[in-house]
Amino acid sequence: MESLLWLIPALPLAGFAINGLFGRKLGDRVVSVIGPGVVGAGFVLAAASFVSLRSMPSAERLLQQTLYNWLPAGEFSASIGFQLDPLSMTMVLVVTGVGFLIHLYSVGYMHGDGGYARYFAFLNLFTFAMLLLVMADNFLLLFVGWEGVGLCSYLLIGFWFEDQAKAEAGKKAFIVNRIGDFGFLLGIFLIFWTFGSVAFADVLPEAATRLTLGGDLAFWICLFLFVGAVGKSAQIPLFVWLPDAMAGPTPVSALIHAATMVTAGVYMVARAHALYEMAPQVLAVVAGIGAATALFAATIGIVQNDIKKVLAYSTISQLGYMFLGVGVAAFSAGIFHLVTHAFFKAVLFLGAGSVIHALHGEQDMRAMGGLKSKLPITYWTMLAATLAIAGVPPLAGFVSKDEILWRTWDGGHSVLWVIGFITAGLTAAYMFRLFFLTFHGSFRGTKDQWAHAHESPWSMTLPLVILGGLSVIGGWIGLPMALGQPLGGIANRFEGWLAPVFEAGEHAAHEPHAIPPIEYGLMTASVAIATLGILVAYWAYLRSPDLPGRVATRSRGVYTLLNGKYFVDELYDFLIVRPFYALSRFAWRVIDDGLIDGLGVGGTGALVKRGSRIVSRWETGYVQGYAVAFFGGVFAILAYYYLFR
Amino acid sequence: MVGPAHYITLSAVLFTIGVIGVLTRKNAIIVFMAIEIMLNAANLALVTFAMTIGDVAGLIMVLLVMAVAAAEAAVGLAIIVAMFRHRETVNIEAFNVLRG
Repeated sequence: MESLLWLIPALPLAGFAINGLFGRKLGDRVVSVIGPGVVGAGFVLAAASFVSLRSMPSAERLLQQTLYNWLPAGEFSASIGFQLDPLSMTMVLVVTGVGFLIHLYSVGYMHGDGGYARYFAFLNLFTFAMLLLVMADNFLLLFVGWEGVGLCSYLLIGFWFEDQAKAEAGKKAFIVNRIGDFGFLLGIFLIFWTFGSVAFADVLPEAATRLTLGGDLAFWICLFLFVGAVGKSAQIPLFVWLPDAMAGPTPVSALIHAATMVTAGVYMVARAHALYEMAPQVLAVVAGIGAATALFAATIGIVQNDIKKVLAYSTISQLGYMFLGVGVAAFSAGIFHLVTHAFFKAVLFLGAGSVIHALHGEQDMRAMGGLKSKLPITYWTMLAATLAIAGVPPLAGFVSKDEILWRTWDGGHSVLWVIGFITAGLTAAYMFRLFFLTFHGSFRGTKDQWAHAHESPWSMTLPLVILGGLSVIGGWIGLPMALGQPLGGIANRFEGWLAPVFEAGEHAAHEPHAIPPIEYGLMTASVAIATLGILVAYWAYLRSPDLPGRVATRSRGVYTLLNGKYFVDELYDFLIVRPFYALSRFAWRVIDDGLIDGLGVGGTGALVKRGSRIVSRWETGYVQGYAVAFFGGVFAILAYYYLFR
Repeated sequence: MVGPAHYITLSAVLFTIGVIGVLTRKNAIIVFMAIEIMLNAANLALVTFAMTIGDVAGLIMVLLVMAVAAAEAAVGLAIIVAMFRHRETVNIEAFNVLRG
């Protein structure tokens, strides 16, 4: 098995090459087989690796393969090497598993699109880059994958590049990510400077000895790495690109901007947990930014009207939860939420895609409603996922979110817990607002749309059903002790599975221990606030649909602020974009046009031209003028000799 | 008694007349004649010095100048004829096409 590791990322890469080079010749039918096929094969290989990992003793679970030494340069060396430990394994299973289903869904969703082969080529390339990211055995290769997913994100957001706004959304995502990537790169430099290596095997076990707890070096390394995570995972202040990224095809939003790529930051922090444990200040920053983002994005999500925009802000908010989890050093809880979120958010996006597909591109929820009867499969799977994200027990979202909230409280961060708690209520409210507006009530679109609305083909509904099922039961792999113990001593298997990776940092919560009663209290509280959120949504959007409008008019200021997304885009425009444009204009008009072109190039030319014009006046063309000069010269020379010699 | 000083003086006067002619006259033929006067003034000076110091090199030089002057007269007159054919005038002020 170990020698076949390279095949897992190589398969999607081959898919990219075939679809990209010959896709148009092969035809859509072949592309539909190759595109999802390579990812599915990758999933089979990943599952086989999982089985072989499980067969090892838990402390030795590690598969490694070094392909070759990529950059041997003096003391520095970086290899193309893959590793699978329980953490990477989890990510690989999510990427290939959810990825395969979304590829399959795309077959139906993108059917008949002019760029069908190009789409699958990019999607395969993305899967390759993401697998490189999670399987890399050193920071540099991880960075290669990191940049690769960023590139694919750009390519797929701007997939319909004929539309100027969509092309610009792609550019925005890429540029904002560059800011984070710059920080990440600085972090890698610092790691090499400190440890003399970028390999995980050299850096992570050495962290406790080379770095001092709370020291400056640990602080800067972790902070720079986190800047990268903030960019990639769309946290405050670099979240602005993700809502715009919804310009891409909906399966892309599901795969890249919900299930996998945006969670890379969480994975990276968890991967470098040994470094972060040496920098408690940065962990506090991570938790703080995570909690703030969770609340911030949830409040924006509650007033959005575009179905995909609601999901985008929801994703930002849920990513905030994940960072809250890893920030309070509950790394496995953060990763667990990452996994369950991949399930239910993929369903939500794919379901939204199914709705958009049925309504021929309509994304505004104000023109939807009552679609329950038209789209039954979409309706039921969406219901499961919405309940899951809202935190209704015993669905996946409840289990993982509650684990994070409990660990936050348990770690003594009661303020962060309150923020997470309020966000849980808001999450239930905005998700059920979306759900009710889309599927219940009466249809508010055109008659024509209603007549043509139809359930999607099986290639789209099958992934929905599978992922919907996972949204329900997926959480049970990581039942917290508080629930597992009374149910007959079921251990938190997920935490136990990841324990070898996080052993050093986490107190072994997966071992049987006494459950403090307050854990049940908090659990009940979060279920209560989720129920409250659902009831509010029910009341405001089904029982008295004119209520939201009245509330919006009464508190106009707040509504404008939320609807304007806190005007962060405008703020950045004012603080960064405009000054930057002004600076660029200055560099263009004054420095380039004025100094270099004007004074330098043009100035030299003008000097020569003017000078020659003056000199050329002497050339009168009159022979006698020349003769005067000639005789005058002779006379002057003679006079000189006569007078001074 | 007429001595070398007189010849040299005459030569200088003739040369000056030639220079003034070249510089002031507008008719190309007159300018051409003024150049001939300068050449002959130079010849007179050469002969005078050759006789004074008793060296025949100066006389040979005069013969050379005469040969060159003859050739120059042929070429120069041909140019003036060509100028006239071209512009119907020999006023040298009309010929300033090489003005800068």
